[in-house]
Amino acid sequence: MESGYFSFRPSKTLQLLIAGLLLLSITACSTKPSEESGSVAVTASGDQTEPITIEYWQYEFPAKVELINTLIQEFETEHPNIKVKQTNFPYDQYNQKVATLVPAGKGPDVINLYYGWLPKYVQSGYLQPLPESSFPGIAEAFFPFVDTAKLNGSYYALPTGVRTLGLFYNKDLFTKAGLDPDKPPTTWEALVSDAKALTETDKNGQLVTEGFAWEPGSQLHHWFRDGLLYQAGGKDTSEDRRKILWNDTPAGLEAFKYLVDFATVHKVGINGFYTDDANAFKTGHAAINVDGSYRLGSIKKDAPDLNFAVAPLPGYKGKSTQASFWANAIPANVTGEKLEAATTFLQFLISKGVQEQWVEKVGELPAQKEVALQDKYVNDPLLGPFISQLNDANAHFFIDETQERTLFVNAVDEVLLNHVPEEQAFNDLVTKTQKLYDDYWAKQDKKK
Amino acid sequence: MRSTGVIPSRPKRRLWFGSGIGRLNYRHKQRLFIYGGLLIPLIYFVVIRILPILYSFNVSFREWGMLSPDKPFVGFDNYATLLSDPLFLKSLVNTGIYVVVGVPAQLIAGLIVALLLQQVVKLRGLFRTAYFIPYVTSVVAVSWIFRWLLMKNGIVNALFIELGLGPQSFLYSPSQAIFWIIAVMVWQNIGFQMLIFLAGLQNIPKLYYEAAAIDGATGWQRFVHITIPLLNPVMLLSVVMASIGFLQSFTQVLNMTGGGPLDSTISVVLHIYNLAFKSFDMGLASAATVILFVIILMLTLVQLKVLGSRFQQE
Repeated sequence: MESGYFSFRPSKTLQLLIAGLLLLSITACSTKPSEESGSVAVTASGDQTEPITIEYWQYEFPAKVELINTLIQEFETEHPNIKVKQTNFPYDQYNQKVATLVPAGKGPDVINLYYGWLPKYVQSGYLQPLPESSFPGIAEAFFPFVDTAKLNGSYYALPTGVRTLGLFYNKDLFTKAGLDPDKPPTTWEALVSDAKALTETDKNGQLVTEGFAWEPGSQLHHWFRDGLLYQAGGKDTSEDRRKILWNDTPAGLEAFKYLVDFATVHKVGINGFYTDDANAFKTGHAAINVDGSYRLGSIKKDAPDLNFAVAPLPGYKGKSTQASFWANAIPANVTGEKLEAATTFLQFLISKGVQEQWVEKVGELPAQKEVALQDKYVNDPLLGPFISQLNDANAHFFIDETQERTLFVNAVDEVLLNHVPEEQAFNDLVTKTQKLYDDYWAKQDKKK
Repeated sequence: MRSTGVIPSRPKRRLWFGSGIGRLNYRHKQRLFIYGGLLIPLIYFVVIRILPILYSFNVSFREWGMLSPDKPFVGFDNYATLLSDPLFLKSLVNTGIYVVVGVPAQLIAGLIVALLLQQVVKLRGLFRTAYFIPYVTSVVAVSWIFRWLLMKNGIVNALFIELGLGPQSFLYSPSQAIFWIIAVMVWQNIGFQMLIFLAGLQNIPKLYYEAAAIDGATGWQRFVHITIPLLNPVMLLSVVMASIGFLQSFTQVLNMTGGGPLDSTISVVLHIYNLAFKSFDMGLASAATVILFVIILMLTLVQLKVLGSRFQQE
C-alpha cells in the first residue's frame, strides 16, 4: 500500500464508516421494536387475535395532529384489537401525496379531506360510500350543511369539526365611537351605519381606523356566496351543482353591490390596510371583521389583550352564514377486516366525546346538533354566536377554490380600480365562474 | 475473479471489482476516488434534476388529473389549451416585462455600485457588506417587509403625502405593481451583481487606463472603450443569469401581490404553481413548464451567440 499525500485508505475509512452505520442502525432498530413489543403486550392481554393496523391520513396542522395522537391512544385502549397509525402531509402537497401514494398501494384506511375536494375524489372512484348501517340518521344528527358530503345519494364523508363565519368586533373602538359595545349590528343597514361611525381618517383623508375590514381575497368571497347571497333571497348553485344561480334573481347583484359599496361608496375600508383584514383587526386598526371561527385561536395567540366580541352575521331578508369543514372518508380499496376497523375508528371520530375535545383543543365547532347545542357551548360568549348560526350555515360547492376566489377578487377590482359599472363586473363574474363549472362538468361527463 | 487467464501478461491490471480495493495500486485508487467523487453528484443530478424534466415532458402530453387512476395521452391538447388561455398569455407578457425591465435595471444598478465602490478606499468592506446583505436575506421576509412598507397606509405613502405627491396605490395598482416588484427584485440582487462586476473590474489591468490617460482619454472615454469591452465576458454571464432569474420570477410575486391586482403581476412560474398545486392539473402545469423551458433555452442560446460573438471580436 502506497502512502502519500493523496493516499486513499479505503479499508480503514470504510471500516470506520461501516462500523458507524451499523451502530446507528442497531440503535435505531433497537428502540423501535421495544416500543412496539410494549404495546403488543398490552393488546395481547386484552385479545388473543393479532391486532389490525389501520392508517389515518390528515394534513399537518399541529393542534389537530396532537389531538389525533391523544385520541388514537384513547381509541386503542377501547379497541385493543385495532391499532391506528397517523400520517401527515403538508397542506399544499396533500392531494399530490394522495395521488402518488395511493396507486402505489400505500393508501390510508381513513382519510381526512377538505369538503370541497370530495366531488373530485368521488368522481375518480377513490372513496366508498359510508356503510349506512353503521352511520344511521346522519341527516337528523348533523347540521344541514353536511349535505355537501352527500354525492350520488350517499354520504361519503363526515366532519369532526366545522368552521363558520361570524362578525368579530372591537369593543374598545365601539365605545370610542360612542356605540354600545354590547349591541353589535344585526342588520345590513346597521352594519353600514356602524361602520361609518367607526371609521376614522386623518387630515389628509387617509384611513386611520377601518370601520369595516374589507379584504375580498380573505373571507369576503365566502361571505358573498353563503351569507349575503342567501340573505338577500338568492341561491348559490342549482341542485345538480352545474349552474351558477347568482344572477337568476336580483338578489345576487344586490349582495355584490352591498359588499363593494363598503369600499367605493361608504369608504369604510380598503384592501391591504395593515396588509390584510385579520392583521388590521388584531392590531386594533379595524373595528369590524367578518372572519371564521378558527380566528379565535390566532387572536388568542397573537393579540391576547384585544378587547373583542363575536356576533352572528348581520341578516337582511333571511339569515345565513358560511360553513366549511374537513371530513373523514374511507377509500374504495379498504375491505374486509380493515373496513370494519376503519368504520369503528370513524364512528369514534364523530362521537360526542371526540367532538367536544375538538372544540376545546382545535377550536372547530361540533358538527352534530346534540353536541353543539349544549348549554356550555351555546352560552359561551365566543363560541355561542358561531353555534347559533350552524342551522343557517351553507357550505358551497366549488370546483377550484383558488380560481373561483381570483375571479371574485378580480370582479371587485374591476369596479374599484377600473371603474367598471358594478352590474357589468358582476355579470362578467357570473359568466366566467359558469365557464369554469361548464369545463369541469364537460370533463366529468366525458369520463362517464 | 481469480482466473485472469484472459490477459495473462498483465496480472496486476485486474478489474477492481472482486479483487478488493486495497489491492489496487495508487494511481488506480486515485482515479477511482476522483471518478467516484464526480459520479455521485452526477447520479444525483441526473436522478433529481434531469429525469424529472424528461418526465414532465411526458406529463405535458397527458390529461393528468391528480386523482384519476388513468392518465390518457392527449397529444398537444394541453399546449393548445394554454395558448388559448388569456391568463397564461398574460403571464407570458408579464414575464417579458420582468425580464426587459429587470435585467438592464439590475445590471446598470450593479455596475454603478461596483464602479463607485472601486473609487472608495475607506470603509470599502462595510459598503460591500451593506450592499450584499439583501442578497442573502430570505426572499419571503424581504417581500413581506416591502409589502408592509408599500401598503396604502405604510411608511412610504406617509412620506409621499408629506412631500405633497399624494398617496399612491403601489401594489394595489394594476399599472404600478409590477414595477414595484421588479424594484424589490433588483434591490435584492444588486449585491450579487456588484460582486461579479467588482471581480471583473479587478481583472482589467491598470496599465490600460494609464496608457489611455497619457493619450488624453477622458473618464467617459476610458469607461466606454476600456471598461465596458473588457467587462463583456462578465456581462455575458450577468445577462444570462439575470434573464433566467427574472424569467423565473415567483417568490416575490407570490408574497407581494399573489399575481394581482387584476392579474397584472402574475408570472409564468406563479401560473404554473397555481395550475399544479391549486388546480391540481399537472398536465397543464407541465406543458407550461416545457414552454418556459424552451423560452429560457432559446433566449440563453441567443444571448450566448450575440453577446459571446461580440466578445470574441474584441
